[in-house]
Amino acid sequence: MLFGLNILPIVRKEFRQIKRDKRILGILLFIPALMLFMFGYALNFDVKHTRVAVYDEDKSRTSREFIQQFFSSEYLDYVYALQSKSEINNLLDGEHVRAVIVIPSAFSKDLQKGRATSIQIIVDGTNSNTAATVLGYINSIVQQYSLNVISQSFMRLGQKQLTMPINFQPRIWYNPELRSAKFLVPGLIAFILMVTAVISTTLSVVRERELGTIEQIIVSPIKPIELILGKTIPYVIISLIATVMILIMGYFLFDISVKGNVLLLSMVTLFFLLGGLGMGLLISTLVETQQLAFMIAIIVSMLPTFILSGFVFPIRNMPLLIQGITYLLPARYFLSSLRAIILKGVGISAFWEQALILFIYAIFMIAISSIRMKKILK
Amino acid sequence: MNTIAHIIRKEFIQLFQDKKMLKISILAPVIQLIILGYAATFDVSKIPMVVCDYDRSPASRKLIESFICTEYFVVAKYCEKSSEIDAELDNGYASVAIVIPCGFEKDISSGRTSSIQFIVDGTETSSATIGLNYAFIIISRYSQNIVLESLIRQGSVIMPARISSEFRVWYNPELKSRNFMVPGVLGLLLMVMTMILTSLAIVKEKELGTLEQIVVTPIRPHQLIIGKLAPFFLIGVIDVILVIFFTSFLFDLPVKGSEALLLLLCLIFLMTTLGLGLFISTISRTQQQAMMTAIFFFMLPMIFFSGFVFPIENMPIIIQYISYILPLRYFFVIVRGLFLKGVGIDILWTQAAALLIFGSVILSLSVMRFQKRFG
Repeated sequence: MLFGLNILPIVRKEFRQIKRDKRILGILLFIPALMLFMFGYALNFDVKHTRVAVYDEDKSRTSREFIQQFFSSEYLDYVYALQSKSEINNLLDGEHVRAVIVIPSAFSKDLQKGRATSIQIIVDGTNSNTAATVLGYINSIVQQYSLNVISQSFMRLGQKQLTMPINFQPRIWYNPELRSAKFLVPGLIAFILMVTAVISTTLSVVRERELGTIEQIIVSPIKPIELILGKTIPYVIISLIATVMILIMGYFLFDISVKGNVLLLSMVTLFFLLGGLGMGLLISTLVETQQLAFMIAIIVSMLPTFILSGFVFPIRNMPLLIQGITYLLPARYFLSSLRAIILKGVGISAFWEQALILFIYAIFMIAISSIRMKKILK
Repeated sequence: MNTIAHIIRKEFIQLFQDKKMLKISILAPVIQLIILGYAATFDVSKIPMVVCDYDRSPASRKLIESFICTEYFVVAKYCEKSSEIDAELDNGYASVAIVIPCGFEKDISSGRTSSIQFIVDGTETSSATIGLNYAFIIISRYSQNIVLESLIRQGSVIMPARISSEFRVWYNPELKSRNFMVPGVLGLLLMVMTMILTSLAIVKEKELGTLEQIVVTPIRPHQLIIGKLAPFFLIGVIDVILVIFFTSFLFDLPVKGSEALLLLLCLIFLMTTLGLGLFISTISRTQQQAMMTAIFFFMLPMIFFSGFVFPIENMPIIIQYISYILPLRYFFVIVRGLFLKGVGIDILWTQAAALLIFGSVILSLSVMRFQKRFG
């Protein structure tokens, strides 16, 4: 008995039903952690080993030495030496290389005579992110080399050794090795939990309607709120177990330790799960067929959580109207508190608001589902 | 043949009965394309920067100016003390900070080295990397100019050589990430919508018991499969035409290659995803099982491992091999090739062949699986 409501029998019945379908129970319990493991390892934005071709028209010692500068790190791989300019088209069209560096025939002569010279870089801009990184990387090597050339010719002119005017010391905070896993894992956790929560309840009511078993419930003295809570609680328990496994996985494999308050993290997570489960229930009470429920669940949970929550695409870059839409997504709030705790170790003050919004969201979803449920039972 | 026509007619009647479903499966992809297409951008520009200038000299102002005039950085705040930087970065109001030390101008004009501190928020790794590269380039250019100026001041007549680089960006000259993402969103939407349509198609009849009625009729398995696919194929085709239309007009992204080829390859892609959904339907007992199988074992791997945002080249080798069995992987190369590069079948034929093979294999598998349980 909870607040005078008779929930326990429904919970027990739901549990029995879940236990009967081993495939679904297995999926709900273990797949989330497995997904985190797979995606966490496989996904990254690091632009490394980009395939580059070089067309060296100069073919001098200086040009060869210059070309070597580009391939001294793991960022660029020298995969092809071009013999003529006409090959460039095919190499880029067929995605054999991402960039081509062209050294003009007068390169070494210009450098010797002290004239300004220019090299050409052609980049496949299809993936703008990779292209911008590669461009920046190549450009910074060119600038560095150019500075060296200047200081060498300075010395040759008989001047004292040239000191570099600026000592540039970049420092990276929060994620010093720039590992994209640290950025992506909190997002993955939010994404996986959201999808799992919504789909675990999204068929619960509509299935009974489609199969006709709802008639039995209608004739029984069960209240709508009892039915809603009774159907939600088993999935809350299952999702919490899955969440604990996900966090353990994150801790051991991806170094994601909770720097902030663990109690507050659990509270935020619980509200987030409730919101997701509530959304699933609401969908379930709104439609008549399981197929439609499935479709709506995907439309409102999977793709928006992936693209709009700030998981991979920074919300700051989105058009204002779309930024407004992101406020409707519970994952947005959960994700920003998760990142604040995990990456920055920020305390309670930084995400109190998010917790409150998630709480209101969860209550709202469950309340509307109960109202809808009442209509169905009548 | 007559039997198939009858089944198709029956399926179409059923389809038009569920008006809500029909409306959603045609409208949803368009609405999602608009919202998600506008949202999915990575463009790194106007990175908010905190400036802490202890020197307050013309030289330090010129350095800050050279950051702002690139459009990659904007000043979010000027700080008096470097200790204020912490709060700005912690709260996410700024992503980078620059600290120019006292005596900066004096040092660089008398040939000494001055140290500039540059702090980057590493949370968003890709923008951090790009921001760092920009900063490095700006500083290098600035340094070169100082050296050259001091040479001129010393009365040097011979100027040292310099190297500059000329960039040409092909296919996407403004480096707009939207041009890369929108064709990707198009592929994702088509995959998701078509798989939802068919993955419950047969299992639904199983669960509701109507399959028994079909079993006792003389309908053959492949006839039933074709009949089930036909209406969903039609919805798929409508979706394809709508999303291509909206991609071209709304996002100003015309198809550079042949439209006919794009349409043809989309149809082949539809065959693979509809087939995949049908296959899931034959290996599940309840609609719930089918839904979960579709989401966890097919949709999520396809979203993440097909190269939508995460480059396949960076993934572990095993995952790279797994990605070869995902039809979406080939489809992404096709849509991006046709929208951005304007390549033809001479380059895309391998992708097209892979999709054709996948489609035929998965469809025959479904028919076979179905045959076994049918009798």
